[in-house]
This record gives sequence, C-alpha cells and structure tokens, in this order.
Amino acid sequence: MPRMLGNILRNLFSKPVTVNYPFEKPPYEKGTRGAIRFDMDKCDQCQDCERLCPSSAIKVYPDEKRVEYDPFRCIYCHLCVENCMQEAIIHDETPRLPEYEKNKDNFP
Amino acid sequence: MRRLDVGGVTGMSNSETKKLTVFPFGPQHPVLPEPIQLKFVVDEERIVDVTPNIGYVHRGIERAIELNDYRRNIYLCERICGICNFMHGMSYSEIIEKLTDTEVPERAKYLRTIWSELSRLQSHLLWLGLFAESIGFESLFMQVWKVRETVLELNEATAGHRIHLSTNVIGGVKKDLDEKLTTRYYKDMKKLRKQVDSFSHVFHKDAAFKEKTMGKGILPKKIAAHMGAVGPVIRGSGVPQDMRTHGYEAYGYLDFKPITYDGEDCYARAMVRMDEVYQSIDLMERALDQIPKGPLANKNERFPDGVAIVRVEQPRGEVFYYAVGNGTIHLERCRIRTPTLPNIPPLLHMLIGYEIADIPTIVHSIDPCMSCTERITYVKKEDE
Repeated sequence: MPRMLGNILRNLFSKPVTVNYPFEKPPYEKGTRGAIRFDMDKCDQCQDCERLCPSSAIKVYPDEKRVEYDPFRCIYCHLCVENCMQEAIIHDETPRLPEYEKNKDNFP
Repeated sequence: MRRLDVGGVTGMSNSETKKLTVFPFGPQHPVLPEPIQLKFVVDEERIVDVTPNIGYVHRGIERAIELNDYRRNIYLCERICGICNFMHGMSYSEIIEKLTDTEVPERAKYLRTIWSELSRLQSHLLWLGLFAESIGFESLFMQVWKVRETVLELNEATAGHRIHLSTNVIGGVKKDLDEKLTTRYYKDMKKLRKQVDSFSHVFHKDAAFKEKTMGKGILPKKIAAHMGAVGPVIRGSGVPQDMRTHGYEAYGYLDFKPITYDGEDCYARAMVRMDEVYQSIDLMERALDQIPKGPLANKNERFPDGVAIVRVEQPRGEVFYYAVGNGTIHLERCRIRTPTLPNIPPLLHMLIGYEIADIPTIVHSIDPCMSCTERITYVKKEDE
C-alpha cells in the first residue's frame, strides 16, 4: 500500500512522457539521418551516388547536368552523403514529411 | 508422427475424432504481430493437435541477394528483420569479410559488439512489453516500452536512426563513438538499470503473471535439444547454448557466460530475457571500458570467392548465414536461417495439452518473427 501511494503521488505530479504531436515537434538527436537535397553548383555529375545507392533512388544525367532523386525509394542510409567527393549532397537532421503524391525530385 | 490433415488425429478411433473441433488461429489475430496460421484441433477447451501454416509474407530476399551487387546487400539484409537489423547487417558483413579475407580492426569489433547488445536490449524490452500485453497486463506493457525509448534515443544519437542503424560496412563500421557519446553511454546505462529495476520486480513477483506463465508451455530439456530449439527458448529449458560463447567479434574478450533457467516453461523463458537485459547492460559497460583506439574499417580488395558460414546470436536465437562466392560481383548463393524457423517445431510440442486461453502466452513465448523466417514455400503436388 505505501508503495502504491508513492506511485500515485509521483504520477499525479509528473509530466506526460509523450509529445503532443503534431502541435509539438519531437526532439531529434544531432546526426539524425534526415531528408536529402542536391547542391547543383557543387555537383560535378560523377555518378558515384548513383552507383552506391542501395535502392537505386538517384539517377544522374551528366549530359543534361541534371539529377533525379526519388524520395520514396530512398532508405535514408546516407551512403551518398558520406561518399560524395564534392560535398554536394546536403542533408537535414529532420525527416522528410509525408506527401500526397509520389513525385520525384529534380535538381536543379 | 502427427498427421498434417485436419480430418483426424493419429492414435484416435473414428468415434473419438468426431467429438473434436478444428479452429484456425491467425493469420490475422490481435495477439500475432505477424501472419502465421495455426490450425488447432481441440477437445472442448483442450488442444489435441496443431498444424502450422507459414508462407504469408514470403518476400524472396535470398533471390534478391543473388541478383544484387554484393556491396549493396548489407542494406537489403538489414531489411530482413526490423528488430535484429544490425545483427543481420553484421552477419552479412562478416561472411563477406570471410570470403574476401578482410581483417576487421579491433575498435570496429568492439563497436559492433556494443551495437549488437543495444539491439538485444531494445528487442528484449519490446518482447517483455508484448508478453505482458499477451497475458492482458496493459499497464506493464506501457511501462516497459517507455524504458525502451532510452535505448532507441541512444541508437539515434550514435547511428542516426532509431531502428535501422546501418553502421556496418564490409571490413568494419562507419560511425565512431567520441568522448561525449561515451560518457552519455555510461550515464544512460546507469539510468537504464534504474528504469529496468522499476518494473523487473513485477515480472519476478507478481502473482497474476506467475499464475498465467508458470507451468505453461512445458518444453523438456531433452526435447528442446532434440528439436533444435535456439535462443531463450532452449536456455529456458536449461541448455546453455549461446553463439556468443564462440567469441565472435569482441565477445571473446568480455568473459561471457550464457544465462539458463531450469523451469522449462513460459516463466523461465521470460526470466531468461529479463536477466539478459541486465547482462546486456553489463556487457556494454565492459566493452566500453576495454575499447581500444584505432581505425574503424579496412578496405576489401577483391570479390568474394569460396564458401563460408557465420553463426551469430540474435535476440531470438542463432542466425545462420551460408554464402557461396564465385569471384564476381554477385554471390552465387546466400542462405539465411533466422531463429524463428527452428523454434516452430518446439512451439507445436509446447501447445499440446494446454487450454485455448493459454495459446497467446505460449505462442508469444518463442518471440515469433514471421517475416524474417519465410524463405520456403510449401508446394503440394497434385498426384499426392
């Protein structure tokens, strides 16, 4: 009984463990693998990312100087971010938000 | 041998089998996390016979591994199982390291051990919560899952993701622990031990929990060993079988001893997992004390060639990898046996003789993970 009373009092004055999503954003750790964007000023179309990508989400067109990226195929392993020699792939520390249509991203 | 047909049960006369009822459990059932069908033959409330039916979530991963470039497969192997993703990636990296004669640096071995134990921690905490829910103890389920958040946050801080760590590369790992993270690890492990203490006495002492699990789903030691059960199921029957004793990665340096219980029932299997939570915290702290400095990964310089096997202890038991390389960029064959498959025959043995109300508890006690298991399809020939 005394143990239960302690628990009741503790629960009465403690804050909830959950976050009131979507009104409150959940905290993300530093270094979270989030959304990816391409910086076309830096990109030299070497196609390293296309070769490395485990889910074939990136397609580089060197002639047109264009990159096609499918965020719905991407598994966010960040292998491309770590291996880009030009540091042309920018990543956020928050995940990409859901969308209504499965469109591909075109850079630029 | 038991008959697979639902028409009758071996050893019973026709008039006896007429009284029996057959009912399907699954493939969709509130208790089951993933689809498996168990066809029960019951005599009033008592289970007389059971037939499993798997194959609802066959994904053809082994074939995909053969078609893929061998360097991309780490990420594919991680998708075999969400909970044991790190260990699947590690097993695949290990087997490619064997096939290409690549040495792994000592620091990478320790880091892999630390992440393995983190995966085990989150898996066991998940299971303890689900098990509590399967016997109808909802509040305990929420308390356990609250504690699991600490481990997931630690995963996110070190690897960048809560579940899919993706830190393995062939020849080592790609993320490192700096001093700040190491101190956080020590701090969080202390915190975790306190948090686990806050609910562990319920599993040890609670009368309702004991009533529902003690003496249920008995799997005798001899039968467990004979049927080839793995993981906490066989250790709950008193057999000290654990792949970590083989000393892969850094387990050889950590003075590891497997935990066993002699209860042979659902309670013993729960206690094995409960104690392994504490053991994982200990192992992680010991690994952090001993971790040497050095490089994170070595480069592999040739294509996989030859035959190799790898056995790794996952939270659910032993996973077995077998691969054949032929000197090209593709593997010729990769066979993966996940721990749920060898645990299904013992499960069928456990269920016989108990009541319908015990089914969720007993099925959950083996920690079924069907999507990882399904590599085989059962084809019935027409002339049979």
